[in-house]
Amino acid sequence: MSEQHIKLPEGSIEKTTTTLNLGPTHPATHGVMQNILELDGERIVSTEQTIGYIHRAFEKIAERRPLYQITTLTDRMNYCSSPINNMGWHITCEKLLGIKTPKRVDYLRVIMMELARISDHLICNSIVGVDAGAYTGFLYVMQYRELIYEIYEEVCGARLTTNMGRIGGFERNFNDIAFQKLEKFLKEYPKVLKEFENLFQRNRIFMDRTRNTGAISAERALNYGFTGPNLRAAGVDYDVRVHTPYSSYEDFDFNIPVGTTGDNYDRWLVRGKEMWESLSILEQAYRKVQEFKGAEAEVFHADAPAYYLPEKEDVYTKMEALIYHFKIVMGETEIPKGEVYQSVEGGNGELGFYLISDGGRTPYRLHFRRPCFIYYQAFEELTKGGMLSDAIMTMSSLNLIAGEMDS
Amino acid sequence: MLTNEHIKQRLKEKFAEQVTGFEEPYGMLTFEAPKELNLKVLNFLYDDEELRFRFLTTLGGVHYPANKGRELAVVYHLHNLADNVRIRFKVFTDINLPDIYTATGLFSAANWMERETYDFYGFNFVGHPNLKRILNVEEMDYFPMRKEFPLEDQSRVDKDDEMFGRGGSAGFGTDTREEDNRNSVTAESEKDDAPG
Repeated sequence: MSEQHIKLPEGSIEKTTTTLNLGPTHPATHGVMQNILELDGERIVSTEQTIGYIHRAFEKIAERRPLYQITTLTDRMNYCSSPINNMGWHITCEKLLGIKTPKRVDYLRVIMMELARISDHLICNSIVGVDAGAYTGFLYVMQYRELIYEIYEEVCGARLTTNMGRIGGFERNFNDIAFQKLEKFLKEYPKVLKEFENLFQRNRIFMDRTRNTGAISAERALNYGFTGPNLRAAGVDYDVRVHTPYSSYEDFDFNIPVGTTGDNYDRWLVRGKEMWESLSILEQAYRKVQEFKGAEAEVFHADAPAYYLPEKEDVYTKMEALIYHFKIVMGETEIPKGEVYQSVEGGNGELGFYLISDGGRTPYRLHFRRPCFIYYQAFEELTKGGMLSDAIMTMSSLNLIAGEMDS
Repeated sequence: MLTNEHIKQRLKEKFAEQVTGFEEPYGMLTFEAPKELNLKVLNFLYDDEELRFRFLTTLGGVHYPANKGRELAVVYHLHNLADNVRIRFKVFTDINLPDIYTATGLFSAANWMERETYDFYGFNFVGHPNLKRILNVEEMDYFPMRKEFPLEDQSRVDKDDEMFGRGGSAGFGTDTREEDNRNSVTAESEKDDAPG
């Protein structure tokens, strides 16, 4: 065809790059987030991210809610490890209110948090596999996440949005089935994790796909505010559990795995190693919990009558319990004036709660430090000059959870 | 060992009377500086060989409507990872002139954090490379986290919604709102009790 037959729009001939819109509802984004990629062939020239598709104004809503009603908001942030968010929130409240939790409560919390961490890492690592074309691992480990969810169910009755625990402890003691399932998990999971690792760790295709892609230096990672496995993969041994221990993490003996290059492969390895560490913490915590005998083994909450719902039986028979019950349920408890920052090691980094109270019944201001939100901005730097298919892997290995990002 | 007392001393040496409001709520050193100085203070904290606050943990806004002339605050949480010390640094500004220097030159992490803070509180981060809304829609023309936008009052009765228990059909079509909300709630519940 000669030139006179084609009428190209003016200027279009100069454009040598392709604009590709990835997301917000693309299967590879694993969540609602949009990437506008400028491609030269298959190489990424620049990216621009749009987020906020599932923004639910949690920080604003929290300003009208009594403390215990905010727990349900935290569930919906990183929903792959909601118990960590719940516990983090309770620990923040306890810090503000000056409540000291008994050791048994701390250990039970550690059990739930480490189970949550395993389920979080498990999803992330197996999804990286899926994005590299290996679906088997994902399906195989899913039944162990199911087992973790069953333990959640025994403890709090819910699976995904757990609303687990209360300010001061748990709503009830763990039942025998929960412990039996935990034992089953501790017995069977190591073998499964080993097999899962065998599938990927030295797999030629997987290594070629993940090594030297999406890499970041320790210095840049720190400057970008990376925390959690993503920072540790770059070689910085920062872990909130060790640096500012909460929930008696100082009683446990564990290592902080670190990587060297900060690429997708290292992130995958660090998460894998952390699961082993979590397993070891779980075993230690379970042993510690078993050491409590008699009346001590019945302790599952702190003595904080103004914030912890009393037993239903007491509500019907005792005046004080009735008053506290009413005040808590109606959200009529004044919280002390103060300003507190508390963070926990979430599934994908430092999950922080900055709570300002002016002495009213609800927080004056509550700000969540959401690790996903902070490190997603590094996406352009991680993927620039790389291939489009590697960018997909980078996205999943960063463990981006839209719920947490958008709050 | 880097103590709060020592950090305070260093700041006082450098900025004299300009850094004020030293407090230690729950053990975290908190202080404030005039907004023109925010970058100078951040730079000092970052560069000083002893202080080394090189990790920006989080950055957020707060609105105090009663604080005339200094209604809005930006709160920086900084972390010295080497000595494991955290501090909180606040900068207040007038709501009618919410200009504040951006920290993006120092911390890449501040980029989205500042966009978010702008989005919800309307700060103008001077020098920010891409200051536009991030979580809200771009067409939005107000700053929703400011206190003049209260959340719905749970006791309001001007909404008729049988399904969700706000007033129900008892008040349908009539204006039952009175000056005092509490009164109208009582009136409403009395009507609910009436048969039919």
